[in-house]
Amino acid sequence: MEFNKILKNALLVIVAFLALSACATKKAGTGQMQGDVYTGTDTVEYLASGVPDRVFFATNESVLTTASRETLRKQAAWLRKNSKINIVLEGHADERGTREYNLALGERRANAAKDYLMTYGVSSDRISVLSYGKERPVDSGSNPLSWSKNRRSVTVKAN
Amino acid sequence: MIKKITLFIFILFPLNAWGLIKVDITRGNLDPLPLAVSPLAIDNDSRTKFQKILNKKDIGSEISKIVEKNLKTSGLFNPLDREAFLQKPDIANLKPRFEDWKLIKAQALITGKVNFIDEKLRVEFRLWDILAGREMMALAFTTVPTNWRRVGHIISDKVYERLTGEKGYFDTRIIYVAEEGPKTQRVKKLAVMDQDGFNNKFLTLGNELVLTPRFNKTSQMVTYLSYFRNLPRVYLLDIETGTQEVVGDFPGMTFAPRFSPDGKKIIMSFAKDGNSDIFTMDLESRVVDRITNHPSIDTSPSYSPDGKFISFNSDRSGYQQIYVMESNGKNVKRISFGKGLYGTPVWSPRGDLIAFTKLHKGKFYIGVMRTDGSGERLLTENFYQEAPSWSPNGRVLIFYRETKTDDKGKGFSAKLWSIDLTGYNEREVKTPTDASDPSWSSLLSN
Repeated sequence: MEFNKILKNALLVIVAFLALSACATKKAGTGQMQGDVYTGTDTVEYLASGVPDRVFFATNESVLTTASRETLRKQAAWLRKNSKINIVLEGHADERGTREYNLALGERRANAAKDYLMTYGVSSDRISVLSYGKERPVDSGSNPLSWSKNRRSVTVKAN
Repeated sequence: MIKKITLFIFILFPLNAWGLIKVDITRGNLDPLPLAVSPLAIDNDSRTKFQKILNKKDIGSEISKIVEKNLKTSGLFNPLDREAFLQKPDIANLKPRFEDWKLIKAQALITGKVNFIDEKLRVEFRLWDILAGREMMALAFTTVPTNWRRVGHIISDKVYERLTGEKGYFDTRIIYVAEEGPKTQRVKKLAVMDQDGFNNKFLTLGNELVLTPRFNKTSQMVTYLSYFRNLPRVYLLDIETGTQEVVGDFPGMTFAPRFSPDGKKIIMSFAKDGNSDIFTMDLESRVVDRITNHPSIDTSPSYSPDGKFISFNSDRSGYQQIYVMESNGKNVKRISFGKGLYGTPVWSPRGDLIAFTKLHKGKFYIGVMRTDGSGERLLTENFYQEAPSWSPNGRVLIFYRETKTDDKGKGFSAKLWSIDLTGYNEREVKTPTDASDPSWSSLLSN
């Protein structure tokens, strides 16, 4: 237990250090990106008060960040309370990849979110998955910050 | 949808085997062959008839303009200015005065005439070797008048073939996705046009998102991805009749479809639970076969022209690379080992090369490599471009290119471009709207 705590603290320090060094090297880091994962709130909408509708990904990745997992836990709690609501997870990619690969990547991202929601008690028959690849960007810019906003999985009410 | 092809070809004279002109198409041609395309001669009677039917003042001149433009676009020929021609079209077609054509530096000459016979369009043309003072070929066609543009394309193909020794690619069509609207809300429709951009037709209305149409090389069938009812699935469309149907009954997204070379199967990706693998479906028996089974993304499959191999895109190494396997999925081999990410492998119709898209250091390239991955050559570099498709003779690639937007996210466009296998002769292929995902048909007539 004690050892775990030390390990956790050490990890936190490392994460913080990485975040700082990332900010130091990336000029796009106006506090809106960590590494190349979007951390801002410009495009975020809310399913309910305090329940953000989307999570963001690093380039070519479908791994959920700490912040993404927190968002999805909030979504799961809200979905457990509102058991009649079904959802569609819409997976998206940025424009810097081929159309076909991005369709697969969007599907993989949405499924990463789905798996996490399921482990927090949301039944799989309430969730459907839809990949848009790079077809529906929210930000039409051609720069790293715009691309980071577009690499996302958005939880949308289906009914 | 498409006019029936009723094109009869008569050979007037045997082809001469001893033509001297020969165009080398294996290298970038910086010195295109100067040639003269004399307007096709037409008698007054026929001219009046065609003017009534086709609303074209001089159909002979119009057809020769098509030939001129095709040959120029190929980058291998330099059609000379008509204003410089000394001989009248009808006389030239009987017997050219070779000295006159030599004088304007033409090395080859195309002459011909057009007649209105039995409600049909009859066109004959001759190709002359000016330096040798000889006829190289002579052909005649009869068809319905509305096919006049195709006659121009077929003449272009015959001339190209006679002078280069390889089949042409002018009597062909391009299917593509027509795009309109803001970048965040693009409206996309299937569209088909002649290779030179004429006869453009929209095949869908734009109510649902459509992507990646591909021609069947043996017919007028097309396979593509549609988001009909928000269910992204591979569809099959007959562009003659407009009939369409969903391909297979998959419990998830199917995408990245292509036909097998014999046109009997569709190969595609099926995504489920975050994993995309490659499957085929036999269009007649409806039997579905799984070809790959790997937790990575496997997509963009494309058959070799003999149907024995499949190239595809996978990130099983951690990043997207190109792989080749036998058509049953056995003996998977990675073939791309250069720096960067590789995608959209497409097997050349000649079987010796694979065209691809490459992303390296923030730039996108269209390139080719041999089927074992050796001899990688990058043909063009840009901010964004992808999805090469081969001309039926394997000499030209068509692809699409997107522009970088400015700070305010404005200035987005998507256009079709083509480039020679040699890396020369890069040019925009004009479309009525923005365009992407082009696929080249095979020759409509042979």
